Amino acid sequence: MIKVTIDDVEIEVAQGTTILNAARQVGGEIVPPAMCYYSKLPGTGGKCRTCLVEVAAGSSADPRPMPKLVASCSTTVMDGMIVKNKTSEKVQKNRGGVVEFLLVNHPLDCPVCDQAGECHLQDLGYEHGSAQTRYRENRRTFKAIDIGNKIKLHMNRCILCYRCVAVANQLTDKRVHGVLNRGEHAEISTYIENAIENDFSGNMIDVCPVGALTDKTFRFKSRVWFLKPYEAECACDKCSGKAVVWMFGNEIYRITARKDSYGEVENFEDKAAWICNDCRFDKKDPKKWNLIGPRKIDRHSVISQGKYLTKNDNNPKLLR
Amino acid sequence: MARKLLIEHAEVEGIASFDIYRKHGGYASVEKALKTMSPEDVVEEVKKSGLRGRGGAGFPTGMKWSFLAKPEGVERHLVCNADESEPGTFKDRYLMEKLPHLLIEGMITSSYALGARSSYIYIRGEFMYILRILEKAIAEAYKNGMLGKNILGSGYDLDLIVTPGGGAYICGEETALLESLEGKRGNPRMKPPFPAVKGLWGNPTVVNNVESIAAVVPIVNHGGESYASIGIERSTGTKLISASGNLVRPGVYEIELGLTVEEFIYGDDYCRGIANGKKLKACVPGGSSVPILPHYLVTKTAAGNDRLMTYESLSEGGFESGSMLGSGGFIVFDEDQCIVRNTWNFARFYAHESCGQCSPCREGTGWMEKVLYRLEHGNGTLEDISLLEDINKKIEGNTICPLGDAAAWPVAAAIRHFRDEFEWHVQSPNEALKRNYGLIKAKLEV
Repeated sequence: MIKVTIDDVEIEVAQGTTILNAARQVGGEIVPPAMCYYSKLPGTGGKCRTCLVEVAAGSSADPRPMPKLVASCSTTVMDGMIVKNKTSEKVQKNRGGVVEFLLVNHPLDCPVCDQAGECHLQDLGYEHGSAQTRYRENRRTFKAIDIGNKIKLHMNRCILCYRCVAVANQLTDKRVHGVLNRGEHAEISTYIENAIENDFSGNMIDVCPVGALTDKTFRFKSRVWFLKPYEAECACDKCSGKAVVWMFGNEIYRITARKDSYGEVENFEDKAAWICNDCRFDKKDPKKWNLIGPRKIDRHSVISQGKYLTKNDNNPKLLR
Repeated sequence: MARKLLIEHAEVEGIASFDIYRKHGGYASVEKALKTMSPEDVVEEVKKSGLRGRGGAGFPTGMKWSFLAKPEGVERHLVCNADESEPGTFKDRYLMEKLPHLLIEGMITSSYALGARSSYIYIRGEFMYILRILEKAIAEAYKNGMLGKNILGSGYDLDLIVTPGGGAYICGEETALLESLEGKRGNPRMKPPFPAVKGLWGNPTVVNNVESIAAVVPIVNHGGESYASIGIERSTGTKLISASGNLVRPGVYEIELGLTVEEFIYGDDYCRGIANGKKLKACVPGGSSVPILPHYLVTKTAAGNDRLMTYESLSEGGFESGSMLGSGGFIVFDEDQCIVRNTWNFARFYAHESCGQCSPCREGTGWMEKVLYRLEHGNGTLEDISLLEDINKKIEGNTICPLGDAAAWPVAAAIRHFRDEFEWHVQSPNEALKRNYGLIKAKLEV
């Protein structure tokens, strides 16, 4: 175990832990935001640069500060390292800059975007963004395309985090989509509009931090904050069957995997509980699910604003 | 005329063929190294020579070599970075085109020093004709026993493979180069791990510039100390400079480091001054990514010392009043050239070449390009100038690879030294357009 100090909080973590994961072990304010890193998908991270932190002392053996800000998701901690996140003005300034860059070409279509309310970029923009844009140029635009019959891709909203590419690489047999072109023109797409068809492609929607990949069976049906999330499970031979169903009255509007406060899929029996496309898109009948209880959404964004867990929610009789 | 170690025989007819190259003393370093020296001896000579990477960063080559991890039973690789695409730099092209065997000789000697059994030359896609020259030369080297199994009876085997890239500037970044060489999309990798530990196909790898590898040949031939006797302080040996712009005699020059910039621009052996009797306005001494110097800082530093062609002297004064030797792409501007237009041109290059992996570079380079386009074409505001300064501060140092820095520095330096010209573009757009594009264009644009 090695000692590391993050924003004046001292913790002991295992050798080889990244700064971000060390901060997550403490939790709360000191955790840097991450748009591209996804702990359940090895190899992600380092791209969005929102998790930049300042290393005020490299280690107790070599206490020199690091000259540049480092990506906390891919920098491992050293014994005696001192990291500054919330307490560093430089970090806050540069993170604000990164958020501004992410928003430069991002459309401000939150009112019609399905991700609104649970969008990580929305949260970031609220925390760090300024009220006005300094970008006077035309934004980069693409046409929304169908990739597979259940998934819609709005490339305009994409921040190129590469998470969906990692999902395709790691959860499915064959990847048919990826990043085309380069620089500002880089886009996620399939090769000549190939359809993405495999049992786990729907997880791309769950890992997408913005509204670039959306569920066609749920698109434009409802705002997420009008729905009530319930933890549910079903017997499925393809996946764990652990999901969250989002209900309005007695109808299931959409089904997602169970996500933690960082927007990452929760573990079940030490494995990430990804759900298959059958569970996600086709089981909209409440009878097919065993509802366990209301799901507390542990996020600070609009989606969890004080409407969950009322007295009645805890009453098992009223659950169905 | 200065001593030439690399391109002395470049203009000899037929030097690209094995026999004629051999007649002019070629492959002597291979013989010397393989027959009389151990690999460690070669590394030691390179360390003694003080050779610094000629690709731009100037990292000591010997030190880089000694960082190479050498676990038992794991293959090691030497990769030659011939993806020369920095605007203003064309020395490697000249060297490979004229003296393909010099590069091959350097590759053999360096691979021997590093214990690499298969080495690669990653060549820029646009250099297809040079790829053919190199392949022909490599075939000759194989035929004459300089490559393949048991080279010169020493028991050392080496295979040399040339691979073309797709023409992306980013693939000149060493980890992106390795990705591309492995057949993937050329995105830079996160560091650490560095290539010296985990490089090509996960094996320890050294990536060196063409000129650095070629410089190993004279170092082994004449000894590291003899090489180190040329030059000043920590800038030793000779360096190829690609001179371009408004010069009487632009071209590739091999200079001894320590030459004064004044001599290089105005000297009879070198560029012979500014073309058409104009005055010097500015100079980019090390390829498009280094800060631009205004005329009063080109030949003298801010402290009043003579500016020399060395790593130290060119960077004297830091970014406030200095620049960098970089890759040696020496671009000279005369009084008629527009700095705003040139800065826009550089920014356009970086926006086009950003790989699009990390957000500050992907969005920032494109944004800067658009703002500079507006400024140049008469639609800018004074706020745009401070906006540019702010954008490049937020790109610099926040990206995965140095392309972000390379895109930010020239813009920052241009505004630092030529703010009045930027302001003139805002305040008198018609005049600026008239100067840059002529009367007709000015009327059309505004």
